[in-house]
Amino acid sequence: MTAPSHPPDDSSATIPPGAPAVVASADDLQTVEALRRGDEAAFVRLVDAYQAFMLRMALLFVQDRAVAEEVVQEAWVGVLRGLARFEGRSSLKTWIFRILTNGAKTRGQREGRSIPFSLLGDVDLDPEGPSVDPDRFLPADHPKEPHHWVSFPRSWGEVPEERLLAQETLSIVRAAIESLPPAQREVIRLRDVEGWPSGEVCNVLGISESNQRVLLHRARSKVRRALERYFDEEE
Amino acid sequence: MAAREMTCKELVELVTDYLEDALSPAERARFEAHLGRCDGCTNYLDQMRRTIALSGQLTEESIALRVQEELLQVFQDWKKGRQP
Repeated sequence: MTAPSHPPDDSSATIPPGAPAVVASADDLQTVEALRRGDEAAFVRLVDAYQAFMLRMALLFVQDRAVAEEVVQEAWVGVLRGLARFEGRSSLKTWIFRILTNGAKTRGQREGRSIPFSLLGDVDLDPEGPSVDPDRFLPADHPKEPHHWVSFPRSWGEVPEERLLAQETLSIVRAAIESLPPAQREVIRLRDVEGWPSGEVCNVLGISESNQRVLLHRARSKVRRALERYFDEEE
Repeated sequence: MAAREMTCKELVELVTDYLEDALSPAERARFEAHLGRCDGCTNYLDQMRRTIALSGQLTEESIALRVQEELLQVFQDWKKGRQP
């Protein structure tokens, strides 16, 4: 296994334009301290939290799953080796993911793979239809209520709780997220599934706050549509 | 100045900006004024909130045992390697 040459220190943070600067939290600094002491449990917690996402990120750059796993493992080596230089000028997450994406990019380039990842930063390259089927709205020249609902979306307050939270409902949500384009999928996973704050997602994915909102909106709108179809067809 | 009323078709495109608190005060006022008189959009906003909550119920796939073991080995090697 080859180790990444020089894991970046956290002083040369390349924050994408429009993304907020996030510095290390007290939790981050504690985790770093624990790792420096050689606390294995702290490492396991970190791996649990980020491994799945790191693997998906790596797969945006390299095709092969085994290679992606290797890239992730190299990133962890880079993280451990870089710990001594971590000063808390970026969050731990941002720092870890910078190490990962640097390694993945290098590997992807070596394999001659074009990088679809740049699409993450350019929402305009990915034009989409509206959030809601235009047929749901009255036409622009409607005499009384142009562009208002033809019939209202129903209240999901009437859907029984046990049905709303049923495994089947969750599998609809999961399938809808899986079928999203990669950039939308990552943003909704990080924000809504894993509950990361917006600033962290921007830093890790290298996108601006406004691009993130566009991607998040498209993603949520599609998941909502899938749920609406599912609840309506069961009537 | 009386701002033009927001339509339902416009509102559905602004829901995430609204929830992320990214609307200007004037847009926010138009958004909320529309909600105040439109049950359809009130339901729509509620559906979006429930959609977000449902996504939050999903769990990540757990890490394969093999990968876990490999990474523990990485950690132990690192620990050993830096001892004098």
